[in-house]
Amino acid sequence: MMTNYRNQVTQGQFSFLPDLTDEEITLQIKYALDQGYAINIEYTDDPHPRNTYWEMFGFPMFDMKDPAGVMVEVQACRKTFSNCYIRVMASDATRGTESQKMSFIVNRPAVEPGFRLLREEREGRCMGYTIVPYACDMPEGERGQ
Amino acid sequence: MSNETETETNIILPDDTPVDLQAEMVSSNVMGILDELDRELIGLKPVKTRIRETAALLLVDRMRNKMELSAAAPTLHMSFTGNPGTGKTTVALRMAEILHRLEYVRTGQLVTVTRDDLVGQYIGHTAPKTKDVIKKAMGGVLFIDEAYYLYKPENERDYGAESIEILLQTMENNRDDLVVILAGYKDKMDTFFHSNPGMRSRVAHHIDFPDYSPEELLAIAQLMMAESNYRLTDDAKKALLEYTTRRMTMDHFANARSVRNALDRARLRQANRLFADASNSVTKIDLMTIHAEDILASRVFQEGSLDLDGDEGADVDFDDTPKH
Repeated sequence: MMTNYRNQVTQGQFSFLPDLTDEEITLQIKYALDQGYAINIEYTDDPHPRNTYWEMFGFPMFDMKDPAGVMVEVQACRKTFSNCYIRVMASDATRGTESQKMSFIVNRPAVEPGFRLLREEREGRCMGYTIVPYACDMPEGERGQ
Repeated sequence: MSNETETETNIILPDDTPVDLQAEMVSSNVMGILDELDRELIGLKPVKTRIRETAALLLVDRMRNKMELSAAAPTLHMSFTGNPGTGKTTVALRMAEILHRLEYVRTGQLVTVTRDDLVGQYIGHTAPKTKDVIKKAMGGVLFIDEAYYLYKPENERDYGAESIEILLQTMENNRDDLVVILAGYKDKMDTFFHSNPGMRSRVAHHIDFPDYSPEELLAIAQLMMAESNYRLTDDAKKALLEYTTRRMTMDHFANARSVRNALDRARLRQANRLFADASNSVTKIDLMTIHAEDILASRVFQEGSLDLDGDEGADVDFDDTPKH
């Protein structure tokens, strides 16, 4: 693909850029904390774009003051789920917003095989198209090993 | 261009490069906070000396960094020991601010915890709890009050040891992120450090808070009163001095805290006195002034002893109120 030259999953912020370094992640988290956002960490092994609800890693972190505390959790999550997608999300509790403000991937599996295109013949020579991640060929828990 | 600057910084500075310590001091504004400390904290000579030394060390370290004399950042984990009411928590708060101004910690926050916040109630509960507290304190100062409760030698299956383990690990690995201050009474802390040599060796600064003298306590009382817009008459000052001298010999004496309690009760009596002679006109100055009689009514003077809860006779003045 022209726009996604590294052939990797692009979800959330910064996903077309080279992977963020730990310093860059720390700076992003610092920004989120300065805005008063609550931060949580999520992981998944299913990169399908419609898979919006990932597994939470620990509780959301509400009264953090310094990014170092969040980084400890990020490292812990990387250690436990090294071959999963891990993202850091920041939610804004301001009335009227009460929603997610940031989300970016901080860890990817070593190999990202991409997506298979499935075609479905429908009535009247219609074609249905969908994608299936190759990563999901194995049952959950055995993927990416 | 960038190459040029690179080579420039690589040149080793000559040994006689002048160092502007004065400017550094001014820019960090640390003198301001140290003077404030001197003004607002009465007594505590050894503590102040130690804080000054620490501040000086951090300043010099900063200068050394500028001169590219790299050294590992000093460990600043501390233990504050002293009797109750000697100002351990107050100093810890100041410490957080000083370390923040000297850019040793990133935020000036102080997270105060006790055993309850660190140790869990069942297996597997302690580690997440302790880690949670540590995460919240990161970038600032973690103040563990009555730290000796963490270790209970009489109970082998106590989870406190697990908490200590995690703390030790963080104190070692996240030295840049967190300063831990342990506080507690001297004798109990000594036992605590004795049975946790790992903790002892990781805490570089042991600061002992001395008890206050009666004169110092009087000065503290005056500061406290001034803060809440009260004043003591000269006789009241004498009475308070006498009070603290007597109170010190009794049980459960908690230095500045006892003084604060005594003053609270004096305010109570003052209010009652004003109320009793409400027929006379009361002026603003009356509302502000604590007289000697307000202090002398204390049970410490009346009977020379305390009642069980250390309440020094708050009810003496209410003897004439009907009892049900």
